[in-house]
Amino acid sequence: MNKVFSRSKGLTDVPFTFCPGCTHGIIMRLIAEVLEELDILEETIGVSPVGCAGFSQDFFTCDFVGAAHGRAQAVGTGIKRALPHRTVFTYQGDGDIAAIGTQHAVHVAARGEKITSIMVNNAIYGMTGGQMAPTTLTNMKTSTSPFGRDPQTMGFPMDFPKLLAGIPGAAYVASVSVDSPKNIKKTKDAIRKAFKVQQAGLGFSLVSVLSTCPTNWGLNPSESLKWLRENMMPIYEMGELKVSEEVEKL
Amino acid sequence: MPKAIVIEKYCKSCSLCVEICPKKIMAISDHTNDKGYFVATCIDQEQCIGCTLCATVCPDVAIDVYK
Repeated sequence: MNKVFSRSKGLTDVPFTFCPGCTHGIIMRLIAEVLEELDILEETIGVSPVGCAGFSQDFFTCDFVGAAHGRAQAVGTGIKRALPHRTVFTYQGDGDIAAIGTQHAVHVAARGEKITSIMVNNAIYGMTGGQMAPTTLTNMKTSTSPFGRDPQTMGFPMDFPKLLAGIPGAAYVASVSVDSPKNIKKTKDAIRKAFKVQQAGLGFSLVSVLSTCPTNWGLNPSESLKWLRENMMPIYEMGELKVSEEVEKL
Repeated sequence: MPKAIVIEKYCKSCSLCVEICPKKIMAISDHTNDKGYFVATCIDQEQCIGCTLCATVCPDVAIDVYK
């Protein structure tokens, strides 16, 4: 009898610290599997953010560095420039990359730094207690927008990967989701491609993954996936948003 | 014979495997793990087809599948 599915070598045996049903775990598993398949676990350095994924270093078997809030890509830039032969990736939530770390994300893309960023977008600040994020949808209730996000006073949700896709230094930008087995497979393909783009030295690569936050959305895990499908996927543009000419030849 | 094994220490009782299983043989059992979660389990290994859907959607990588 063959084992057809088991824990990747890229993950330690530490159980994830996420809430039950949170899809962060799926995204971490996919990254670990891709690193294992590409056989780059030994040479990879991850950068962990502040937020729910702040304990990333406990879960991956590759090297890890912890960054200050929002600065993961700046730290990643430094590592990549000092050690250009290592694979560097950042794992950040929407609060980290699209709020406090916006300037780094924009300029890392503008400079075309050869790092890979994985952005986990759940439209809310998870770890701090469900406050409104830049990615929070219009009319969505959070602890700091209890009557729903009103665009007149609180602004509109920001489609961050679409913004970065418009910057020339970004070689590969994809927006994917982990709401169904089919989309989980697409996410894995996108993550694999992003790492290959970095290996080929073609520029900055970003994979934005729509994720759930059952605890702060106030829904059970299965309702959360349905809510993500029905409300988030129509708002955020999905698919490969930017594939540069060199990337197409890969 | 295919089978799905839940590693109890990882399970957080989120029920995503219960809902996705095409044969409806995953269920939340009535015993808990060390953290106090009622763990998911395969109630009829005979019927398992080894499709790995439960393991694919499991956010805590708690399911091993054999075929």
